[in-house]
Amino acid sequence: MLSIDRSIVDAIVAHARRDHPDEACGVVAGAAGSDSPTRHIPMDNAARSMTFYEFDSMEQLRVWREMDDRDEEPVVIYHSHTATEAYPSRTDVSFAGEPGAHYVLVSTREPDTEEIRSFRIVDGVVTEEPVRIVEAGVDPHAVQSYMFGQSPATVDYECSDR
Amino acid sequence: MAIEVRIPTILRSYTGGAKVVEGAGDTLSDLLTDLDSRHGGLKGRLVTEAGALHRFVNVYVNDEDVRFLGSLDAKLNDGDSVTILPAVAGGAFGFAAAAAIAQHSAAAAAIAQHSAAAAAIAQHSAAVVSAPAAPGRRAVTGR
Repeated sequence: MLSIDRSIVDAIVAHARRDHPDEACGVVAGAAGSDSPTRHIPMDNAARSMTFYEFDSMEQLRVWREMDDRDEEPVVIYHSHTATEAYPSRTDVSFAGEPGAHYVLVSTREPDTEEIRSFRIVDGVVTEEPVRIVEAGVDPHAVQSYMFGQSPATVDYECSDR
Repeated sequence: MAIEVRIPTILRSYTGGAKVVEGAGDTLSDLLTDLDSRHGGLKGRLVTEAGALHRFVNVYVNDEDVRFLGSLDAKLNDGDSVTILPAVAGGAFGFAAAAAIAQHSAAAAAIAQHSAAAAAIAQHSAAVVSAPAAPGRRAVTGR
């Protein structure tokens, strides 16, 4: 399960909406081993594409070094899909190189609906997990769990028949 | 002296969990061959069968992306620091699927045009409507 603050979710969704119709991408760093995402780092999409994203390699080196210096790790790696559901594509799976990270996908296909889902991608296997959004300023014991969109029984990665 | 190599999490299974290893070589290719002699399999994760640097990794010499330094032919000196990171990339579609979607948009536009044309004709003459309206309908229900 991914537990993440409402303020960080809002910042990720705002970033995705801002860059729409291009895909947006970024990282949420957290203390190593904590599994708790605390520092939102929006990244440039070097591909500037509606169907592809890629971290700029020099920006990535800088950010990864900074995380290393602060004893952090990339707890969340996120990107947006701008016309399809928030589910990892084959491209996403083949590139997924951080087995410890939560891969968060945001879909901006509906302007008024927040669609955010989280996945583990390890050795090419995708596993969806629930997202627990922690509301700030609310009794933490009163927090509820949300599951935005269940995994469909069959997944059409190519969306070819739509 | 040697060359310090920083290993990303996903490849530490090849280095016994070590975050930093040392190696030697005049070029990046030599260095990876040297590392592979002690950490078997590591080179195969970084270099394709065709002998090029893998698309899924970024390799840096000191602060430079090796893609700007000649890739596997990048020259190395003792005391250099090499960093390996997983490239972070992905996106909604493969190219084939993107093409399919584009086709779909074109089809949707064609259907919309067709329907509009059919409606316009229908307004003008009830006698003409039956023939041109039919293909439009078929296109809409054909999916």
